[in-house]
Amino acid sequence: MSKTVIEVHDLEKRYGDVHAVRGVSFSVPAGITVGLLGGNGAGKTTTITMMLGLLEPSGGSVSILGCDMATDRYRALPYMNFSSPYVDLPHRLSVRENLRIYAGLYSVPNPKARIAELAEQLHMTEFMTRPSGKLSAGQKTRVALAKALINKPRVLLLDEPTASLDPDTADWIRGYLEKYQRDTGATVLLASHNMQEVERLCSDVLMMRQGTIVDRGSPSDLLSKYGRRTMDEVFLDVARQTGAAANGGDAGRGAA
Amino acid sequence: MSADLDFTPPPASLFNAGRIWAMVLRYFYLMRGSWPRLLEMAYWPTMQMIQWGFVTKFFLDQSSWVASAAGVLLAGVLLWDILFRGQMGFSLCFLEEMWSRNLGHLFVSPLRPHEFVITLMVMSLVRTLIGALPPALLAIVFYDFSIFSIGPALFAFMACLFFMAWGIALAVIGIILRFGLGAESLAWVLVFAFAPISAVYYPVSVMPEWLQMVAWATPSAYVFEGMRAVLFDGTFRLDLLAGAMMLNVVYFIIGAGVFWLAYRSARKEGRLLQVGE
Repeated sequence: MSKTVIEVHDLEKRYGDVHAVRGVSFSVPAGITVGLLGGNGAGKTTTITMMLGLLEPSGGSVSILGCDMATDRYRALPYMNFSSPYVDLPHRLSVRENLRIYAGLYSVPNPKARIAELAEQLHMTEFMTRPSGKLSAGQKTRVALAKALINKPRVLLLDEPTASLDPDTADWIRGYLEKYQRDTGATVLLASHNMQEVERLCSDVLMMRQGTIVDRGSPSDLLSKYGRRTMDEVFLDVARQTGAAANGGDAGRGAA
Repeated sequence: MSADLDFTPPPASLFNAGRIWAMVLRYFYLMRGSWPRLLEMAYWPTMQMIQWGFVTKFFLDQSSWVASAAGVLLAGVLLWDILFRGQMGFSLCFLEEMWSRNLGHLFVSPLRPHEFVITLMVMSLVRTLIGALPPALLAIVFYDFSIFSIGPALFAFMACLFFMAWGIALAVIGIILRFGLGAESLAWVLVFAFAPISAVYYPVSVMPEWLQMVAWATPSAYVFEGMRAVLFDGTFRLDLLAGAMMLNVVYFIIGAGVFWLAYRSARKEGRLLQVGE
């Protein structure tokens, strides 16, 4: 049996009386892609930022690669990376300069070769010297992904990696992520509200609503459980608490 | 990698010069990409020096105090700029990360907060020297005054001013981290609160007695009194240097404390991901 790489236990985030995340528990074994699915405000980004240690939980714990992220995150961080639409790379620096800096921060051996490899794989060679702020949305996404992969992470946390991309570019990015995961055996946690993405990439899906995990399963299991043909319909059932979700489809808080 | 499912990370290093170098490179790229920024660093100090050079020339005939140490005003201008630019250089590099919404990336990288702070100190030194060296050299050409005539004491004074600048800057970036970019003007204005009580151009003794007590609570007042002791009497007052150093420790601890509390609060409230223009 594969080793557990991500272990989240009873995670909670409160802002005053508001519970952004409560009682979230799950574990992710090595080498698979897990989707964190939910509508806006479901608690996906809050969960990911707590997992990264950017946000201090009000309760519970997160362990990644066996390291407690509250007390020992610097042991795990060199082997992790993330991408999020909420953060940018410095706009005035060129793509190559930005990647050089992050290669240095992650102590990447032979950074020139790694940057050249990523530039070729992600089709970035023609804009490597262009300032990051002057790229198109698709190019920016590829650069953000290159930054997230610069250290060949064992654990990759992706927050809406294809948000605001045209279908063709989004499809290409998904294909690339699929190949990266297959080739490296990395463990990937993907927060998204794009059902195609989740169906294609994830072998396991955590459904979130109002800060809690309400169900978990493979896309095919969830489809049959909710009696739906597409994940879009499952998503709507969960978000609106209709269909099977209203009739006890919830696996309950803290599904794991 | 797929065969290595039992991987456990080795212990993390507390300090890594490579990470600091990567961050220094980040600010170097930024400066290299913008010549106006580089020119701006030296522009104001040079203008100040030219203006105060003429004031000095005028006072040489009018004031026996200035005449007895011709460089006292110019030395004040140049050393005050170390404090001002040192604080600005530190704070502005941090603000660059907020403006570019890059803090989230930095704080989930292996870069530790103290390594980030060391980078900001290095950049403060680099930016200040870029700004201070041209006017210091021009003062020799235009007014026959060399700040280097102060001798080795100059470096002790500069070190004290840099440490004070970093203590203030740590508090400034802590406040900005806590209250957001609405407080960014502190990076430009806070240090000026110390100008009247630092006794840059006049001795502490000219201040009202109650203000003298406040002045002696700033490391800069000791530095500027020490500078005048060298220029007027040719003596390097170790007691003044010791006073400045002891107060610097206090300032630095307070600044680091404010920054640390703000960082903890930002992690609690989720501001590390949401800061930006």
